[in-house]
Amino acid sequence: MKKSAIIGALAASTLLVGAAHAATLDDVKARGELNCGVNVGLTGFGMADANGTWVGFDVDLCRAVAAAVLGDPTKVKFVPTTGETRFTALASGEVDLLVRNSTATFTRDVDLKFDFVGINYYDGQGFMVKKELGVSSAKELDGATVCIQTGTTTELNLADFFKANNLSYTPVTVQDDSEAQRQYLAGACDAYTTDASGLAAGRATMADAENHIILPEIISKEPLGPAVRHGDNVWGDIVRWTYNALLIAEEKGVTKANIEEVAGSSTDPEVRRLLGLEGEMGAMFGLDNDFAKRAIAANGNYGEIFEANLGTGTPIGLARGLNALWTQGGLQYAWPMR
Amino acid sequence: MAFATSRAEASKGGFRLSMLIYDTRFRAITLQVVALILFLLFIGWLTDNVIRNLDAKGKDINFGFLWVRAGYDIEQTLIPYTNDDNHGRAVIIGLLNTLVVAFFGCILATVVGVIVGVLRLSNNWLISRLMTIYVEIFRNVPLLLWILLVFVVISETMPAPADFKITPAILESRAALAGLEAQAGGNGLWMRIATLKLGSLPFILWLLAFIGITVAAWQFASARFQGAKAALIAAIPALIWVIMALTVFSPSLSGGPAADAQLAEIGATEPAASKFFFDSIAVTNRGTNIPAPLLDRPLGGTEFAGVPVNFSVLAVIAVLIVSLLANRAVVKRAKSIQESTGNRPTTWYISLVILFLPLILLLLALGLHWEVPGFPVNDQGVSTGFNLRGGIQVMHSFTALLIALALYTSAFIAEIVRAGIQAIPRGQSEAAAALGLRPGRTMRLVVLPQALRVIIPPLISQYLNLTKNTSLGIAVSYLDLRGTLGGITLNQTGRELEAMLLMMLIYLTISLIISMGMNAFNAAVKLKER
Repeated sequence: MKKSAIIGALAASTLLVGAAHAATLDDVKARGELNCGVNVGLTGFGMADANGTWVGFDVDLCRAVAAAVLGDPTKVKFVPTTGETRFTALASGEVDLLVRNSTATFTRDVDLKFDFVGINYYDGQGFMVKKELGVSSAKELDGATVCIQTGTTTELNLADFFKANNLSYTPVTVQDDSEAQRQYLAGACDAYTTDASGLAAGRATMADAENHIILPEIISKEPLGPAVRHGDNVWGDIVRWTYNALLIAEEKGVTKANIEEVAGSSTDPEVRRLLGLEGEMGAMFGLDNDFAKRAIAANGNYGEIFEANLGTGTPIGLARGLNALWTQGGLQYAWPMR
Repeated sequence: MAFATSRAEASKGGFRLSMLIYDTRFRAITLQVVALILFLLFIGWLTDNVIRNLDAKGKDINFGFLWVRAGYDIEQTLIPYTNDDNHGRAVIIGLLNTLVVAFFGCILATVVGVIVGVLRLSNNWLISRLMTIYVEIFRNVPLLLWILLVFVVISETMPAPADFKITPAILESRAALAGLEAQAGGNGLWMRIATLKLGSLPFILWLLAFIGITVAAWQFASARFQGAKAALIAAIPALIWVIMALTVFSPSLSGGPAADAQLAEIGATEPAASKFFFDSIAVTNRGTNIPAPLLDRPLGGTEFAGVPVNFSVLAVIAVLIVSLLANRAVVKRAKSIQESTGNRPTTWYISLVILFLPLILLLLALGLHWEVPGFPVNDQGVSTGFNLRGGIQVMHSFTALLIALALYTSAFIAEIVRAGIQAIPRGQSEAAAALGLRPGRTMRLVVLPQALRVIIPPLISQYLNLTKNTSLGIAVSYLDLRGTLGGITLNQTGRELEAMLLMMLIYLTISLIISMGMNAFNAAVKLKER
């Protein structure tokens, strides 16, 4: 009797836990808020500004998803995660979506059971050094002390790069970007290595940015993208197509400013499908048909988000490079919406 | 269990099931059995829940990751490790890093703790109050803050490695200085005496010290010797002080051939930072570089279960053990002579020879020399590279963790020692004083041995605390067990549960081993009851 009661409770609790992971969309709707895992603080990608408002390239994607799903880009709870805690946070269900300049890799996709639904930033690992060292190439870093964030792919790339070039180095492992920058500026390491975009972002915040250079070598491929839990395909599709919608919007010249005007006048079938004027796209995964319109209206299309957070008009000043649309020589290529 | 004990009862008056609850003889057992079953069910439920939930996420429990290539580097390793080794070896590296900081931490904490604890009972008001302040400060501020404070202080106040470098500018300055000296007729002894800066502060300080040393030496000598002999002996320290003025202190006392303005124009002729201790130890903002012992004629080595075994080190240890045993025999013989005749033979020089001569001979035979850390220089004599090479680099993360752990734990140990000493009745020290023992000997021979019995049990838990607290090294990037297994390995493999379970198991094992060792020691020193 007692035993069967326990087994019953056990089965019930297991079911509950199982159910909690099955339908993220229902959870988010019931909660009325999107839990989005972001960086604890990386200028341009995700950080809280002086007023405590989260801003950044990754943050804006969270807002776009919230706008698509909940109809309100402000209904996001940002959960700051470090390189070490991010995947546990996603796997345990603490966050619904992880947009934290995380590199898509085989192990993370297959073994850790995540799905990277898109690549919102094509990056590569670089090195930053002080100008006074007189170093002009990463291959001159033999014997150097290098600051590196733990729990990242950069940690492994660094070891591989020095090994492949038969160089030696001393690693200083640190927890996050701000600690790494502190150590680097204090002289605890000769070089700081992380994604080139992160280096540019970090340098932009330094008081003496002109005394630091980013070495020309890019030693790895770092496709950074939003990740969701494996197995909840509907939720994965929603995030994927919200992102694709932002890309298509840029392709078609739909911006935050002109979206209403375009919706009223456009005769382009794809634009009409994108803005929910034709077809039943949203309804296919349980949203309404103008989900993409709301996502674009939140912070603009992909290009606008890039320019506002990382582009040449900001202190970070990154060029589009690989992240330009495919029509302009980049790699950003949205799947057709039909 | 309950059924086995009930057999005798059953034969007497018959056993009824209700007796399990109403019979006081059985009730206790029944309750325990029920509690045990419930507890096991609870554990079973937890395990089952974990497995099911992992299964729901498509994960399993698998320790296979320990045999996969680690791929990351560790800054400080006691045994060889490269990023090609597997995660299992990285775990062992982390474990050794934990153990080494715990080992030295326990020793340092005990030494400091005993000294502070004893001094806190000093009759000297100032000393005892200072020790009280020490204890209160260290034990009332969280350990993590101490670790961070020590780390920040030693890494921010020390010079960067680049400050130890000889740059082309320094070489130019040196050439310019040599030119000036040649022009003025060298920088010989007469030149230095001729350019003494008589009015400068360093010279006045030197002169005051000279007068003090001479007066003290004269008083010492005249109290023991007569006339000319006293004068001669008193003159020796004064002479040494004058020689030092002409050699060691010379740069600050005399101006040299060039005027200050000229020197300033030339620029620095030495690197901004210099090494300590006869130019052998360099403390940078990254770590402490100390000389490494090297052998010209090593005895070779082998590898045992992946751990390298160095025969030279084994030989040194063996010689040390033999020396200690021989010394013990000498002391024992002296003791027996003292007991039979009342006269203790002088043994200190025999002990000295037995303890040190074999070791020195062995090290000479092996060809011991030291590899001093320094920057490699190119053909022009300019330093190259980023860090000092050669020698052993002790990272500041280790130093900071060690110092903070030792100081923090020593405050607790000091209190334990004080409590132990105060637990010894006053009569003991009074009796010792009545026998004519001086206070130092009373403490060493009478009070402390008895106090040990009170001190050891709480000391065990302090050692355990210190060992477990080493996991706070993560705050200063010290890659101990928490940093490798619980940090990088966990992250790169995503095996949270396995890594955590393994880490708990290892910490538990370490703690149990320490307890076992200390309990054995406690059994050896406790009151023997016969």
